[in-house]
Amino acid sequence: MISPSKEDLVTITLNGVEVEVPNGINAVEAAALHGKEVPHYCYHPKLSVAGNCRMCLVEMGTPMRDRSTGEAILEDDGSPKIGWVPKPVIGCATNVSAGMHLRTESDLVTECREGIMEFLLVNHPLDCPICDQAGECRLQEFATDYGRGFSRYIERKNVKPKRTRLGPRVTLDDERCILCSRCIRFSQEVAKDDVLGFVDRGSFSTLTCFPGKELSNNYSLNTVDICPVGALTSTDFRFKMRVWFLKETKSICTESSTGCNTIISSREGVIQRITPRRNDLVNDTWMTDSGREIYKLVKAENRILRPSVDGKDLPLSEGISSAVRILKDRKVGVVASCKSTIEEQFLTKLVIDATNAQVYIRGHFGEDDGILLSADRTPNLRGALINGLTDSYPEDHLNGLNEALASGELESLFVIDEDLLVSGVDQENLKDVDIVFLGTHSHATSNMARVVLPSFTVFEKEGSFINKSFIVQAFEQAIPGPVGLSSQVEILSLIINHLRADSDPLDTKLDGVWKSMGEVLSDLIGDCDFRSLIKAPFQIDGSKWSHLDFVEKNALNFESVKGVQV
Amino acid sequence: MVIHLVQDELGAVNDFACEWIANRLDLQPINIKELVTFYPMLREKPWGRKHVRVCRTLPCALRGSYATCKSFEKKLGVKEGHVREDGEYSLEFMECLADCGQGPVVIVDEKTYENVDGDRAEKFADLLLDGKLDESDEFQSYEDALLKKTEE
Amino acid sequence: MNAHLQERRIILKHADDPSYSNLIGCYLREGGYETLKKAFAMKPEEVGEEVLKSGVRGRGGAGFPAGMKWKFLDRKSGKPIYLICNADESEPGTFKDRQIMYKDPHQLIEGMMIAAYAIGAKQAFIYIRAEFHEGARILNRAIQEAKDNGYCGDNILGSSYSCDLVVHRGAGAYICGEETGLIESLEGKRPNPRIKPPYFPAVLGLYQCPTIVNNVETLCNVRHIIEMGGEEFAKIGKPNNTGTRIWCVSGQVMKPGYYEFECGALTLGEMIFGVCGGLRPGRSLKAVIPGGSSSKILRADERFSGKLKDGTEFDWGLEDIPLDFDGPASVGSMSGSGGIIVMDDTVDIVEAMANINAFYAHESCGQCTPCREGSLWMRKITQRMCSGGAREEDADLLLSVANQIEGRTICAFGEAAAWPTQSFVTKFRDDFIKKASETVEEKNSRKLQLI
Repeated sequence: MISPSKEDLVTITLNGVEVEVPNGINAVEAAALHGKEVPHYCYHPKLSVAGNCRMCLVEMGTPMRDRSTGEAILEDDGSPKIGWVPKPVIGCATNVSAGMHLRTESDLVTECREGIMEFLLVNHPLDCPICDQAGECRLQEFATDYGRGFSRYIERKNVKPKRTRLGPRVTLDDERCILCSRCIRFSQEVAKDDVLGFVDRGSFSTLTCFPGKELSNNYSLNTVDICPVGALTSTDFRFKMRVWFLKETKSICTESSTGCNTIISSREGVIQRITPRRNDLVNDTWMTDSGREIYKLVKAENRILRPSVDGKDLPLSEGISSAVRILKDRKVGVVASCKSTIEEQFLTKLVIDATNAQVYIRGHFGEDDGILLSADRTPNLRGALINGLTDSYPEDHLNGLNEALASGELESLFVIDEDLLVSGVDQENLKDVDIVFLGTHSHATSNMARVVLPSFTVFEKEGSFINKSFIVQAFEQAIPGPVGLSSQVEILSLIINHLRADSDPLDTKLDGVWKSMGEVLSDLIGDCDFRSLIKAPFQIDGSKWSHLDFVEKNALNFESVKGVQV
Repeated sequence: MVIHLVQDELGAVNDFACEWIANRLDLQPINIKELVTFYPMLREKPWGRKHVRVCRTLPCALRGSYATCKSFEKKLGVKEGHVREDGEYSLEFMECLADCGQGPVVIVDEKTYENVDGDRAEKFADLLLDGKLDESDEFQSYEDALLKKTEE
Repeated sequence: MNAHLQERRIILKHADDPSYSNLIGCYLREGGYETLKKAFAMKPEEVGEEVLKSGVRGRGGAGFPAGMKWKFLDRKSGKPIYLICNADESEPGTFKDRQIMYKDPHQLIEGMMIAAYAIGAKQAFIYIRAEFHEGARILNRAIQEAKDNGYCGDNILGSSYSCDLVVHRGAGAYICGEETGLIESLEGKRPNPRIKPPYFPAVLGLYQCPTIVNNVETLCNVRHIIEMGGEEFAKIGKPNNTGTRIWCVSGQVMKPGYYEFECGALTLGEMIFGVCGGLRPGRSLKAVIPGGSSSKILRADERFSGKLKDGTEFDWGLEDIPLDFDGPASVGSMSGSGGIIVMDDTVDIVEAMANINAFYAHESCGQCTPCREGSLWMRKITQRMCSGGAREEDADLLLSVANQIEGRTICAFGEAAAWPTQSFVTKFRDDFIKKASETVEEKNSRKLQLI
């Protein structure tokens, strides 16, 4: 995060205490910066301000000035007299300016919050025990924190549709809806798919899609994330799990070069859901629906769970020795991957150097949606650039490799992740080469490999990627990997140690790899280490590659000026 | 405005009409449905061939509009808020029609009738049912009275 | 209806003249559009100055000085400026604008063109409620007549100034009378009022451009202000309460109707018992709502005392309250839109409350929480109270719910919905408490049904 310069800060008086806040931010944010929660429902930092829930009512005043002279009016004790606005104002639409006075803690504010809480609950069903939102429900939380704790409502509650299918992934319970309009604003402003709206009026207003239309865009699940109550629920996650059982891990989405920041929620080593994590330079607070599905790879049928040599399952150590035999002192080609982490790519480069190998790398491309799904469908193409795996921009094939194979230049291939047979390589040309495959899932190429070294998915390891804006972002391990397997970093390190028997052995842990990387890439990564990277992503200078034709288009928080962040 | 025109033509703005209008205006159909369901004067289903509105709000109620509405319900054979089965009449007990000085106010289609209370309400309903309301001297609409002035 | 003897009719001067129709010929015969010529000979700022000097206050309900409202207009933005006439007359008890538009539409058009010229608007709208089918037709025809005669549209009076005028029909929503709700509606959306700040119409109004929204009667006054000059106009009525007002009297009086008087020319008692012929035989006065259903109710036997703005002390009964802006305001209510609703002793006050609550619950747009949930809750409570389920504690509950709405909503609808309940319950507390012990016989003995 970039902090505002000193000139942009103003002094306001928050609950009687003078504090500094960035000029022009709203009262909700200003109070939050100084540890004062202003509860709110409709306000969302990344959407337009609607001001409809009225939960963030606070008291606001400004120093009074004499109309004719412009002089400040003073109290008897010489302090400036404050003109308090007679009615409470909504914090979300009150932008701070120098000298402003705010009260987020007062009898009036307390009374306002109690009143609003009561109103929100009078027509809200009391089905918390069966509601998925329980545990992360703003209504529950604020009712406890700011409600009166008893009900004065004896009338009949309004009846609305309980189970509306809004789209393939989102189910709506209208009785729980508090009409905050976050989902409607999100659909209009971010997803650019104006399908949601309120029909009817007053307390009978009902959220819905037009008959025959549905909320099916690739961002539909963000409406579930931002729904402050249990009205919009994920059809996939509905009734599956109590959120308080979930362990949360910071991760990065691997769907494309955008690198959405995510949270992996898991229980007892099983991933239950993926949700976005706020990063104002990358994904704001959003992510794609498709990115949330990626965890299903962990338990995919074609997951490789055992190392093997010539079709026989063997312990990893034997797989590694076999791999080294195939790669040592032969004419080697290495197929590197843009899906690998920076650390893995760094080690791949060491393998290449140790074997004097030819290196081949391909990209994976798709449609750019102009929001968060970029045309580059790998998370770390720029990592391949900084690690020197390629100087030119990768194409979507390995034709060069095919030619090299055809002319018999290569005896052994070390393939990381890629399926050569869908990358322009003829099966015929692979007949006479020995393949070592390092990857997570089986395909035609892994099936042809003499040595198969299975490794961990992104959820089972830690590492880092460089996104389309050249921001380096780290992710943590969410769940343990399958028994008997190792991370790519460990496998690559062991291979290198075998290949360079005369050098000092590499540290097979990530922190050690970062130390080694620091020696080679100091001009780009400085003296950063992995642990500090987890805490704060950083931007590297990508100007060296600005001549390349990056495929990403203008999108949220991104302008495609040759990959330079604007 | 387009919605009014469509409703004048079709008697209601159903989902198909919403889509048609949205298409014309380069909007989403939900944008139109939001309006049709909000505004009481816009309808998703048509009213009867003769639509009768009675004002419910306090000034008219103080002058007996609840009785007027009940008597219409009985005479016209339709509950307020509904269309008679044969589609001939519909009755709406609606909020203030801004002619409170002469309540109870009744609007038949587009014409406003004043002081339709008690016995007069029954007479009014009879004339309406006989199709003789327009000729009646006793019930001249606010609009017709003005029209007469412009014609003179 | 004949003009009452004491009336001073300026706005409605010709409305009920049997020989006067709403065609342009009649208007021109009576000196119509001469004031437009006078205005065009002035500079636009001078027109605005006259309106400011006149002290004319908005006739839509809030009573804000119109000249001041125009002053707030953002003229520096370079964006187009819009003028909107709020003809969505929907405050229960109000039926004055109807008379103007149906009977003397050219007066409004002339007033609007003068106002448009003063504020520099090139496009003006009349937002008229949909129930006024014929009213819209009359206005459209009148606008065409005015355009044909060069009083509206392109090159008005042969000048280089043009202003188009379009009639836009609403579709039956009280909230469209709130100016930002009206603007949203005019833009083709649900009429959800906008948050202020930042959306003050004078800066970010229609299509995010500077916009002035004025009531029908206010805009007609503009014409008369320019005709007689601001200072002269200010002599009508009383200081801070200038001009005439059209009072709309409804409910249980002998002669309900609309009456135009100089501000402060008579008291509420004179209006009810004199002008309107008093109550029906044998009835006594129970209460009066002085400014449309959202204003606070006044009890017939209340005494009001205090100090006026100018320092004079007063001690009034209901009948002594002067009919102007400040009179009803100084007794804790308001003159609002001028709709005086009279209730006699046959009225069950809780039922009247239930009737009003049903109106506000039906008309709440539902955008913001307190109004949406509070108005429906109050309706449900009073409905239950009138259906045999009243409890003694309901009075306090109603009051508390209303207090939780007031001052916490996006627009003034919150107050409009809360004030009736606050005042009914406070002033007729006994009636609300008694409701809990009402017998079926008592209930059935009432002939007048209000809910």
